Amino acid sequence: MTSAKITSATIVPALEFRDVAKTFTLHLRGGVQLPVMGGADLAVYPGECVVLGGPSGAGKSSLLKMAYGNYRCDRGTILVRDGETVTDVASASPREVLALRRHTISYVSQFLRVIPRVGAREVVASAGREGGLAADRALARAEELLSCLNLPERLWDLPPATFSGGEQQRVNIARGLIAERPILLLDEPTASLDARNRAVVVELIRARQAAGAALLGIFHDTDVREAVATRVVDVTAFRQRQAA
Amino acid sequence: MSDALLQARGLTKHYGARLGCADVSFDLDPGEVLAIVGESGSGKSTLLSLVATELAPDSGSVSYRMRDGVMRDLSRLSEAERRALMRTDWGFVRQDARQGLRMAVSAGGNVGERLMGAGARHYGTIRGTALDWLAKVEIAADRVDDPPTRFSGGMRQRLQIARNLVTGPRLVLMDEPTSGLDVSVQARLLDLIRGLVAELGLAVIIVTHDLAVARLLSHRVMVMRAGRVIETGLTDQVLDDPAEPYTQLLVSSVLAA
Repeated sequence: MTSAKITSATIVPALEFRDVAKTFTLHLRGGVQLPVMGGADLAVYPGECVVLGGPSGAGKSSLLKMAYGNYRCDRGTILVRDGETVTDVASASPREVLALRRHTISYVSQFLRVIPRVGAREVVASAGREGGLAADRALARAEELLSCLNLPERLWDLPPATFSGGEQQRVNIARGLIAERPILLLDEPTASLDARNRAVVVELIRARQAAGAALLGIFHDTDVREAVATRVVDVTAFRQRQAA
Repeated sequence: MSDALLQARGLTKHYGARLGCADVSFDLDPGEVLAIVGESGSGKSTLLSLVATELAPDSGSVSYRMRDGVMRDLSRLSEAERRALMRTDWGFVRQDARQGLRMAVSAGGNVGERLMGAGARHYGTIRGTALDWLAKVEIAADRVDDPPTRFSGGMRQRLQIARNLVTGPRLVLMDEPTSGLDVSVQARLLDLIRGLVAELGLAVIIVTHDLAVARLLSHRVMVMRAGRVIETGLTDQVLDDPAEPYTQLLVSSVLAA
């Protein structure tokens, strides 16, 4: 982990990829190499919503997963700034990555990993508590988010395992947004939502952006993308190693 | 500077000519859940027995931060100190409940016994605390006087958990706590463990062959094969982006439901 002091006068990226490279080696397929990223350079500033573009398989999700510490990097650094602390996710210890996830980075994936027997409201509230909210505040905020995302109240106490794809996704969004961390990674959070709920998600994203969070996301829907993107970056350019 | 709760260094154990585990080192922080995964014979249970001081290593050491904050080499504790540690500050939930419970003693007695072992003397307090814990692990009050021989597999495991947690341990070792149970029973037990671990801030070392259990419960994972740790790291990173051929094989062998 690297730490450095930053003066408050400079505007610095909240999240920065520097020459990040990643290749999957499939040992069970005779060691086939799947290059995903040859050299990614990207900076995301507070208040920005950078949308990743490029065809399917270009490495958009991989980039988000590397920023969250979910995938390893073969080369390069991924700097995450929170206040005056800078952490390189690519070289951070598991404990440092877990600390970043608690305080600094939220990640909303397409799918909810359901936990047996835990009700929707509690799934969301527990994420709030893990992010540092007091228990009563977490519960109140969970209810606010679920109603704002139009999840019927009769479902709140039920485990989401039996919910529809769209309902699960809304629980997942609430879970990812309840703790207001300075960096938000969004991997197709609106993929199975109807227009009404997509509009709600757009509003929630804009609110986080207005509050100064740095957002990096993948959005398949053109309407959502156009509504939230401050910048679109095509990741195809990251396939080849870039000149320093 | 490390503030680890437990440190294992170079743990090695042979059974005659056969290797149990070789040169295993790791740190465990307070409140951290570490999963040790691998197939049968990979050395994961040997490692757990070494950590629990039930087996003596050929070489290597295990140190633990005692409640007074001092790091002690467990092999240097007196037998009385070691026993006191195991029955208050450590728990051990075993795969076979018959090894972790007294099968002829009532459920309430199983929990109360450990409290008495930790120094509790007042009958009313002991009974009250035991009842509280049995309720926490969802054992109905009218089953308190039954011995575990009359319990189902899932109930026995929940009773083991109550017996272990009643003294407020900081470290709990678990050896395949959910294997051999029906999946619905397993899910209930896992959820119970997950809730209690988070609520009590327990440090846990859990041995499991089930990657889904590791994913649900642990922060970090160590993958063992033929007595050695071959890969270690953040649980979701190791499971979603496994680097070693053997880990890739393990991950790809899981059937998706």
